[in-house]
Amino acid sequence: MNRRARTAMFLAAAGVTGGFLVAAFTQLPPFGTKDHPYGTRAVAASLQHRTANAVSAVNFDQRALDTLGEEFILFGAVLGAVALLRRARDEDRAAPQPGGVLPSTRLFGACLLPVTVLVGAYVVAHGQLSPGGGFQGGVVLATALHLAYVAADYRVLRRVRPLAVFAALDAVGAGAYSLLGLAGLCASAAYLQNVLPLGTFNDLASGGLVPLLNAAVGVEVASGVIVLIAQFLDQAVDIASPHRPEGGPKAPDSTGEDGR
Amino acid sequence: MSILPFLAAGWILLAGIYGMVTSRNLVHAVGCLAVAQSSTYVLLLGVGFRRGGTAPVFSDIPTRTPVVDPVVQALVLTDIVVGTTVTALLLSLVIQIRKRTGTVDPEDLTELRG
Repeated sequence: MNRRARTAMFLAAAGVTGGFLVAAFTQLPPFGTKDHPYGTRAVAASLQHRTANAVSAVNFDQRALDTLGEEFILFGAVLGAVALLRRARDEDRAAPQPGGVLPSTRLFGACLLPVTVLVGAYVVAHGQLSPGGGFQGGVVLATALHLAYVAADYRVLRRVRPLAVFAALDAVGAGAYSLLGLAGLCASAAYLQNVLPLGTFNDLASGGLVPLLNAAVGVEVASGVIVLIAQFLDQAVDIASPHRPEGGPKAPDSTGEDGR
Repeated sequence: MSILPFLAAGWILLAGIYGMVTSRNLVHAVGCLAVAQSSTYVLLLGVGFRRGGTAPVFSDIPTRTPVVDPVVQALVLTDIVVGTTVTALLLSLVIQIRKRTGTVDPEDLTELRG
């Protein structure tokens, strides 16, 4: 199909879709309405379980089973990326060349790395109190380690990032979430039901199961993102350009055959 | 115009799909998919907005303060996580396609390979 026909087809389909969307939008409750039946009930349920952050209460208490699924989507995606980006037989590893880094950049990275790790841990630990939680804090933690790559070089990153450990931690985080759900079954309640002591409202130890699930998610997201970025960095830095099939538009001299 | 935020979400969706339809680069197409998906964030947050409401976090406000809907915010969080992981997976597929065929232009990928 040529480009013009394709664009025409898109415009026709977009017109129909847009028409239906506008028709649906006019039937929605008005923007900014005071009437939020689900929201009101979710807030009441979150306050009843002494969780100050209602969003965390929805994610890790009322909808904890959905978050379990979400966590395994993340786990599956990391697994898929590792499988797709593993080193092929015809690829060669090249030692990455260290680049020049300004001393001030190096100092900046060295000072900022521990601060960022601390912020990440804080965001994970206070998920039940303030905006944040396992997902957000986990990403901050993963970013922190990569300051070693930005401010120093790849070999430093490899030293602060034992990949096998983080790959195992990813599985441990995912497993811990599933196992924490069993606490509910042990107390003869439902799977992932919040049966732990609820603590004092607005205290670090409040919300029962919520901070524990947050910690499990934080470990999983942090190590998952680290493993994921490591796969892409390997492609960019570590693996020499692969052997291209014949007839490809850009076929460099094939040096990949001796890489087995 | 009380449906303007919803219309914005619809426009973002169609803009993202337009990008995917006309894309000549798979990395660009993955980016457009992320744009199309982000329309759901705008729509969900628009649905959950309460006029005069604040963030649904009660650590420093009285518990009777009107807040916006926390349910849709939790849904947006799920949405972002799933979107990010799908983007990562698709980008690794693009890397494999580039390695195996030497191109990232979807129009050059016409034949099936065994």
